[in-house]
Amino acid sequence: MTSPDKVVIVGAGQAGLQTAEALRGMGYAGAITLLGAERCGPYHRPPLSKSWLAGEIAAEQLAMRSPDALERKGIALRTDAQAIGIDIGKRLVRLADGGALSYDALVLATGASPRMLDIPGRDATGVLALRSMEDAQAIAQRMALCAESNRPMVVVGGGFIGLEVAATARKKRIAVTVLEAAPRLLGRVLAPTLSEWYAQLHRWHGVNLVLNARIAAFETGADGQVCGVQMNDGTLLPAGLVIVGVGVQANDGLARAAGLACDRGIVVDACARTSNPYIFAAGDCTARSTSEGTLLRLESVQNAVEQGKSAAAAVMGQERPFAAAPWFWSDQYDIKLQIAGLSTGADRWETRGEPDSGSFSVYHYCGDRLLAVDSINDAREHLQARKRLDGEGT
Amino acid sequence: MTTITYVEAHGQAVTVDVADGWSLMQGAVANGVEGILGECGGSCACATCHCYVDEARIGELPPPANNELDMLEDAAAPRRSNSRLACQVKVHSAMAGLIVHLPDRQQ
Ligand SMILES: Cc1cc2nc3c(=O)[nH]c(=O)nc-3n(C[C@H](O)[C@H](O)[C@H](O)COP(=O)(O)OP(=O)(O)OC[C@H]3O[C@@H](n4cnc5c(N)ncnc54)[C@H](O)[C@@H]3O)c2cc1C
Ligand code: FES
Repeated sequence: MTSPDKVVIVGAGQAGLQTAEALRGMGYAGAITLLGAERCGPYHRPPLSKSWLAGEIAAEQLAMRSPDALERKGIALRTDAQAIGIDIGKRLVRLADGGALSYDALVLATGASPRMLDIPGRDATGVLALRSMEDAQAIAQRMALCAESNRPMVVVGGGFIGLEVAATARKKRIAVTVLEAAPRLLGRVLAPTLSEWYAQLHRWHGVNLVLNARIAAFETGADGQVCGVQMNDGTLLPAGLVIVGVGVQANDGLARAAGLACDRGIVVDACARTSNPYIFAAGDCTARSTSEGTLLRLESVQNAVEQGKSAAAAVMGQERPFAAAPWFWSDQYDIKLQIAGLSTGADRWETRGEPDSGSFSVYHYCGDRLLAVDSINDAREHLQARKRLDGEGT
Repeated sequence: MTTITYVEAHGQAVTVDVADGWSLMQGAVANGVEGILGECGGSCACATCHCYVDEARIGELPPPANNELDMLEDAAAPRRSNSRLACQVKVHSAMAGLIVHLPDRQQ
């Protein structure tokens, strides 16, 4: 398949848009339809928990492309258009509105959905997760109420999104408790010294941080509104807003139902190809099989962008493997964390620079092999680490 | 609205109106100007919004902060004295007519 006439992309997020534009960039001249379940076109999600939630920028400033810009590129964006099924045999995508679209190549870029906790009170009003603009707007509204009425909020999960929201809430002087089930923050990604450093940072900013936290239920008032979090040890934490930030699940339902190989995500190779020759997948919805035979799930902008490019190439019958070292960032207070590489399997850590100065990097090693570098307000080390890891990876 | 002209790497000039308070990056990506990626959404984290501001007017802009300077050190295209990260430059009316040149690569 070298030149399909019709490409349909399901999911108008970072990966979907990237695939569409990369196709045009490669000279693809056929039809491109970008289907998005949300009401608006593609936008940047990372600022939702950072500058947007802090009120520093307007929603329009998150937009990735104006409708005009998409039209000029011949990308037909359909918003409020949810795909509900794939007919593999007929090569059709069925839509929630009853319509259907035929494809020569299909790209799934459906992203991920927040995982929710299965405990009493999970459906109370004011128990919210953050993924979309709509979620962010609901959270901002409730945060404003909390600020006004001096009510505290609780963040469940000491991962990136939870901690970013906590930091933003502190800027608004809202009392915040962060509940983390593990013994340290960001345990899966950061070196132990950095977990401790972040714990101190948040405590210094007035966050009530509870590690090894066990939650029993979300307390709900007679009005159906959340009013607190009940802990296993009997403690009740009052709350006018609860943010659940305990990770995401890949949106692989369409692929699963169509019989594509899935394993905690749509299984793709390094070139974004799925188990069906006419279907490709990119971004948070994927699980990439690595040369070592393991599955790698990444949830990051870089991954969405790189796999989007790979998917476009694969649609055109070309191989463009995603081989670059993964990278990620997080903004909390005035601290920028930049991570290069994957630290899984590290057994030794080295710190360069002075943690007390607020600018330093932690190097993760397995034996002599450099696996990853976490940089705190240390952009130069980060960029150099990325180059170094890219060099070693190839 | 303030008029900004972006000159793409191959010489094509694109003039757009950018809302005040938006960054040079937001003005460019929303309008589909080629040559600015802005992958991090303006967090000063990706260095894919590198641009060269009209030399004659670079002095009119507020100077870059340290993290911007650090990111510029290792941007994909060569750094020059008029290099900026477009996401860190907020547009306002005094910048009317500013010309911004884009490098031939961002990664
Ligand atoms: C608050 C927040 C902060 C973040 N911060 C960072 C950060 O600092 N750094 C970083 O690297 N990453 C960050 N991320 C992660 C990053 O935003 C994601 O990795 C990236 O958006 C993934 O892109 P994607 O295209 O795979 O998915 P998405 O951007 O989620 O796009 C998927 C789209 O598909 C749509 N969709 C799903 N199913 C269907 C269907 N059946 N039919 C039609 N449309 C459908 C969804 O509505 C959605 O719009 C953050 C994410 C969030 C939510
Ligand atoms: S948009 Fe990422 S550094 Fe400017």
